[in-house]
Amino acid sequence: MAITVDIKKRLGKFDLEVNFKATDGVHGLLGASGCGKSVTLLCIAGVVKPDSGYIEIDGRVLFDSSKKIDLIPQKRKVGLLFQNYALFPNMTVKENLRAALHANPKINKDEAIKEMIRRFHLQGLENHRPVQLSGGQQQRTALARILLSEPKLLMLDEPLSALDSYLRHQTELELMEVFDSFKGTILFVSHSCGEVRRLCKSATVIDSGRSEGSLPVEKFFEYPQTISQAITAGWQNYSHVKKIDEHRLLAEDWGFELTFSHIPENCQYVAIRAHHLQLTDRPGENTLPVKILRTVTDINFTTLILSAQENSTNNGHLRLETDSFQQNTDKNTYLHIPSESVIFLTK
Amino acid sequence: MDLYPLWNSLRVAFISCFIVFFTGIWAAEYITKLPKSLKGFLDVVLTLPLVLPPTVVGYFLLCICGPNRLIGGWIQSVFNLKLTMVWYSAIFASAVVAFPLMYRTARGAFEAFDPALKCSAQTLGLSDSYIFWRIKLPCCSDGILAGTVLAFARALGEYGATSMIAGYTPGRTATISTTVYQLWRTNNDLLAFKWVMLNIAISFAVLMTFNFLEKRKMGAYR
Repeated sequence: MAITVDIKKRLGKFDLEVNFKATDGVHGLLGASGCGKSVTLLCIAGVVKPDSGYIEIDGRVLFDSSKKIDLIPQKRKVGLLFQNYALFPNMTVKENLRAALHANPKINKDEAIKEMIRRFHLQGLENHRPVQLSGGQQQRTALARILLSEPKLLMLDEPLSALDSYLRHQTELELMEVFDSFKGTILFVSHSCGEVRRLCKSATVIDSGRSEGSLPVEKFFEYPQTISQAITAGWQNYSHVKKIDEHRLLAEDWGFELTFSHIPENCQYVAIRAHHLQLTDRPGENTLPVKILRTVTDINFTTLILSAQENSTNNGHLRLETDSFQQNTDKNTYLHIPSESVIFLTK
Repeated sequence: MDLYPLWNSLRVAFISCFIVFFTGIWAAEYITKLPKSLKGFLDVVLTLPLVLPPTVVGYFLLCICGPNRLIGGWIQSVFNLKLTMVWYSAIFASAVVAFPLMYRTARGAFEAFDPALKCSAQTLGLSDSYIFWRIKLPCCSDGILAGTVLAFARALGEYGATSMIAGYTPGRTATISTTVYQLWRTNNDLLAFKWVMLNIAISFAVLMTFNFLEKRKMGAYR
């Protein structure tokens, strides 16, 4: 089971150019809002037509502009969970589920619907209309409806963004169960790297309409290849660098020098996660005096915005997250950048 | 008081409303799918009867349906049917004048219809006709209902074009509106007043029904 997507489409602001392959399991499409993730799903579903390209699921060609193949959405056998769930407002839960079986004359409809209602904990809500359901219930109904149509590919468009945080964690666990039992590829669109890390096996970053190759999630989050992958994967601190000699780099955005035992060829950027930065009161290697510009207290940690230079721009600020921070004005503040936590990026 | 104008008016209004219901919805659905330039042009043409003086509409109708004109002459010679100065002539006038009301309200409702519903229905394998009849129309029923009632009320009150194409023949083509004019012209003020009050009562009842249905439906789906 696999999906191959290689499509181009002219959109208002930019050209959408997405290509990726994914096998069984959950594949994440990650990117900021408006980057073309949702349009990609609509192209795969067949409701938006790419200008050119190729889409294939399990060896079945859905779209091939060179051979003029363009299956109608009804024939594609893909399920798409919309951000607003797209339940038919004029139908009850049961009728919504039944609609998915309308084109399927064979199976025992009542039995199949009953089974889905049990599986998605919708008992007692059979005769409710979508407007009477909570966000979580609406999503479960929509998922049940999609699974009843027996798709070969399951696509979810930001399924967790519309839910409040308490419901989100619960829904995430429910989604994992659905994903585990689904036989086939699942595309999971999200702008949250945490969701992708927890739910997906592999991921593709889409940055202003362009896809940047696919990686297994572990690799994607630990060793991103490009600066936009790094930013998307949650590396909050990054700077353009200039090589001074074999062991030293000038971090231009941050405005200081860093020393490493080895620096790869063509290194263009360095990046480090906010919780890998350390505060100390002594100077040392890769340790320099900084000013604390702002202290933001969260529930479990504190975020510090730091700067090593006078009059630096936002770009040159560093973000540090720590579980234990006590403001101490007597001592000098130094920032230590552990060299083993720094990644080097070539583009 | 001869009640023929009441019966004739209701008959004309119901039939033209029936015609406009289907043609208006069809046009609204069909035109949203057309390319933008053609859409703009057709939209103007179809809305024109709303803003043109009814006499201008009547003039055009006579140009088409008159016994010596293209369509009127042909139907006269083939079916031996007169299209002007008979009771059903008023249907042509009312339908043309009421059409834009149905068309525009239906189109507004269709445009407000969430495209995600259509897309998700398609990916579920539902046919386009299922989507239109079982999802889109029920979801847009508020707008459709509003358009139907407005079209009915407008058809019931049509005067200008009707007087030109159907004229006023007591017991044959007389409608409430042409009767009121005729009675006033012949100084029969009392009877004219009765018809006026009857007309107001009917229109009032129609709009009240509409408001009632609207309120009952409001919040049902959203």
